[in-house]
Amino acid sequence: MILNSKVPEGLLEKKWDNHRFNLKLVNPANKRKFEILVVGTGLAGSSAAASLAELGYSVKVFCLQDSPRRAHSIAAQGGINAAKNYPNDGDSIYRLFYDTIKGGDFRAREANVYRLAQVSNAIIDHCVALGVPFAREYGGTLANRSFGGAQVSRTFYARGQTGQQLLLGAYSALMRQVASGRAQVFPRREMLDVVVVDGVARGITVRNLVTGALESHVGHAVLLCTGGYGNVFYLSTNAANSNVTATWRAHKRGAFFANPCFTQIHPTCIPMSGDYQSKLTLMSESLRNDGRVWVPKKKGDLRPPNQIPGEERDYYLERKYPSFGNLVPRDVASRAAKQMIDEGLGVGPTGLAVYLDFADAVKRLGVDVIREKYANLFDMYYHITGEDPYKVPMRIYPAVHYTMGGLWVDYNLMTTIPGLFCLGEANFSDHGANRLGASALMQGLADGYFIVPYTLGDYLAGSNWGKVEVAHPAFKESEKAVSEQTKKILSIRGKRTPTDFHKQLGLLLWNQCGMSRSEKGLKEVLTKIPQIREEFWKNVTITGEEGEFNQVLEKAGRVADYLEFAELLVRDALHRKESCGGHFREEYQTPDNEAKRDDANFCYVAAWEFKGLGKEPLLHKEPLQFESVHLTQRNYQ
Amino acid sequence: MNLILKVWRQKNASSEGRLVTYEAKGVSPDMSFLEMLDVVNEGLILKGEDPIAFDHDCREGICGMCSLMIKGCAHGPERGMASCELHMRSFKDGDTLTIEPFRAKLFPVVKDLVVDRSAFDRIMAAGGYVSVNTGSAVEANTLLVPKEKSELAMDAAACIGCGACVAACPNASAMLFVSAKISQYALLPQGDPERRKRVLSMRRAMDEEGFGNCSNEAECEAVCPKEIKLSNIARLNWEFLRASLLSKE
Ligand SMILES: Cc1cc2nc3c(=O)[nH]c(=O)nc-3n(C[C@H](O)[C@H](O)[C@H](O)COP(=O)(O)OP(=O)(O)OC[C@H]3O[C@@H](n4cnc5c(N)ncnc54)[C@H](O)[C@@H]3O)c2cc1C
Ligand code: FES
Repeated sequence: MILNSKVPEGLLEKKWDNHRFNLKLVNPANKRKFEILVVGTGLAGSSAAASLAELGYSVKVFCLQDSPRRAHSIAAQGGINAAKNYPNDGDSIYRLFYDTIKGGDFRAREANVYRLAQVSNAIIDHCVALGVPFAREYGGTLANRSFGGAQVSRTFYARGQTGQQLLLGAYSALMRQVASGRAQVFPRREMLDVVVVDGVARGITVRNLVTGALESHVGHAVLLCTGGYGNVFYLSTNAANSNVTATWRAHKRGAFFANPCFTQIHPTCIPMSGDYQSKLTLMSESLRNDGRVWVPKKKGDLRPPNQIPGEERDYYLERKYPSFGNLVPRDVASRAAKQMIDEGLGVGPTGLAVYLDFADAVKRLGVDVIREKYANLFDMYYHITGEDPYKVPMRIYPAVHYTMGGLWVDYNLMTTIPGLFCLGEANFSDHGANRLGASALMQGLADGYFIVPYTLGDYLAGSNWGKVEVAHPAFKESEKAVSEQTKKILSIRGKRTPTDFHKQLGLLLWNQCGMSRSEKGLKEVLTKIPQIREEFWKNVTITGEEGEFNQVLEKAGRVADYLEFAELLVRDALHRKESCGGHFREEYQTPDNEAKRDDANFCYVAAWEFKGLGKEPLLHKEPLQFESVHLTQRNYQ
Repeated sequence: MNLILKVWRQKNASSEGRLVTYEAKGVSPDMSFLEMLDVVNEGLILKGEDPIAFDHDCREGICGMCSLMIKGCAHGPERGMASCELHMRSFKDGDTLTIEPFRAKLFPVVKDLVVDRSAFDRIMAAGGYVSVNTGSAVEANTLLVPKEKSELAMDAAACIGCGACVAACPNASAMLFVSAKISQYALLPQGDPERRKRVLSMRRAMDEEGFGNCSNEAECEAVCPKEIKLSNIARLNWEFLRASLLSKE
């Protein structure tokens, strides 16, 4: 199969405009007849569902939580980028585009990223119109702050709760459509399969998490907005329900998976405290606006941080990267922390932490200003650790946070299964090998509010629609496959819990396929994963039954998918013999330990085709052409 | 430390429930409350017993999924925290903890500690929005909002919709929840065009669902994990009164 990215011809600046003009339109009177299935209610799903219903489509929305408002996007803290240039500090659409391409270490599609930057301003306008209470200046205008990888202030925020406010905005728009009857919400549902009829996505099979019953839903198109797969590592900053199941099952039905090894490790998270740890909590990147990162210069310096004088501290980010300082991109900051810790300079009871210190900012700005900016983050830190960051520096450590990889989509956000679209973190499209802070919220909302409403119409208008009903054999076959897997898992009655397997897999990946990766380690993991998977299918234990609310069963299904998906992730990491962004291969680094790309051989998107479990997947390459930017070695010094 | 847990177990919405006693041994003070339950549950699964079902997702106090009555108090004894933010250092060795689902007629139990709060979504659908379609917004900075107003709006908008306010209220009133949304929009210019309609319609939806009225017990404010203030209810009442009077014009 030839991968066709469908990137329009013409000048970069004109591509999206031209494309929109060329897209076919659906007659307004006919829109109501099209049933659109939206899976996921995060920023991508809610914004898409609301916008499509506004246009007149009949929309059905599905989510795992008891309300669409609780999707994982709610937890995003720091902010959302846009090229408004309100601070008059030199920003522009081109600069936002350039920073994002460079931040992604030149592994993203130019045309997609440019479009993202183009629609960024409209997102802010729309969110403000919806009543999102963004932070403001005294004159009543919108306030901005800085995020990593940029030298301009372009991040809009609502305290440390930006994701919450943006999601509640999109959710409110969705609920308005529910009231109008154009959208219908199905909460506590888990999508377990995509139903493909004659090569086209025509529906989904979902499990009602309350009754355990399987349901079939027919549609003219399916939009997967199911978020990222960071939880494959077990410990991450993601919500407990975030998972790979929806995208993995779509992959098994024919959707290619792109760049699964591009995972992001966030430098500032609260360190782990014990083996009961169930998640890691992010401390937003925005804190690096005012916090300074340091470790003691001397190994094994056990003095409390406040007793270590300035000259005995190594503010290593400021030392190594004088022009970006504490605001280097995430991959760079995480690796630098790891280096310090590997050298034995880590702090705190486990030695697996560095300091993020606000003492200077409190002195400079006063405690009230700091409180206004970060109170909820400081409170969160205090609740978890029992330490007061207004008085002692935070201890932070990198943690898995975001996944740049995802289902391969073309410029229209359609996967390799016609009619199956993929939006938000679940797709691979805009962040290359590393995502810049405050750009995920921007991308999720761009996809949902401003891209898919156009591109979906083109797909719908351009197809011949035969009638398909739930009685179609493809739906029956899908239900049967799902139900058989459930029965099989339930029948094992072994000795280990699903969580136990998940932890084992996660630790393995974190150690060998986390912040740094080597051929030897990756090969080892590749032999171990099938062994764990085999044991899982012999020795997992699940209580309860199929036809009831059963959280252990839900968990087991997701772990089963991680155990398959992890192999692809590692295989992708092994095949990519270069370092770029979040993918750091020990064999490929510059003399000062920075990531060393290999543009001659790896300037492509790796899109994997499923060939059967235990069989080698087939690699398809989408070459990345850079017409507008010049490929350079990233330099944040 | 070691604790005794008395946990509400109920197979499904239609069956009877009861408190069952469990021991939680070797609990670390650094564990979160939900991690303590995870450990208990892993033990139950290995014994072949059905683990305790409870709702959770973000585990950092923002999604509003977690919904436990701990020692008779919605989200437990600490102020300004959701159940998931509570850590075991708030308890002592030997403590006995009763753990129940949020108690309210309008939050029926789904299983064990899991409840159905879909009534909140229905109230939101009745008017908890600004009617603006994607694409029709004006340039963001043409709409100036005084900083103090926007901060107050944000205080109200911080509501996570967990329902602790309803669970804590002797009248099972949803006034704090509704008032948070009403306040957010009443304070912002974007909310102005639909101001009257919104408050009338959301109040009506609340009453139709069967939520009780506010009699100033202030229990809601005390348990709210986001410390949403009672003054929002005063604003709701004022908005409601004004809208009711004006709608008679
Ligand atoms: C702690 C934290 C802080 C962050 N802060 C920022 C920030 O400040 N700025 C920024 O730009 N980005 C931030 N991010 C990243 C950003 O929040 C996410 O990338 C983004 O919100 C993802 O949105 P989404 O709509 O793609 O998916 P999600 O919000 O993850 O939503 C996924 C949806 O899919 C549903 N779902 C999943 N699987 C299934 C299934 N099988 N069946 C049915 N439904 C399913 C879920 O129920 C949910 O509704 C942060 C991330 C984290 C973890
Ligand atoms: S689990 Fe999200 S608020 Fe408690």
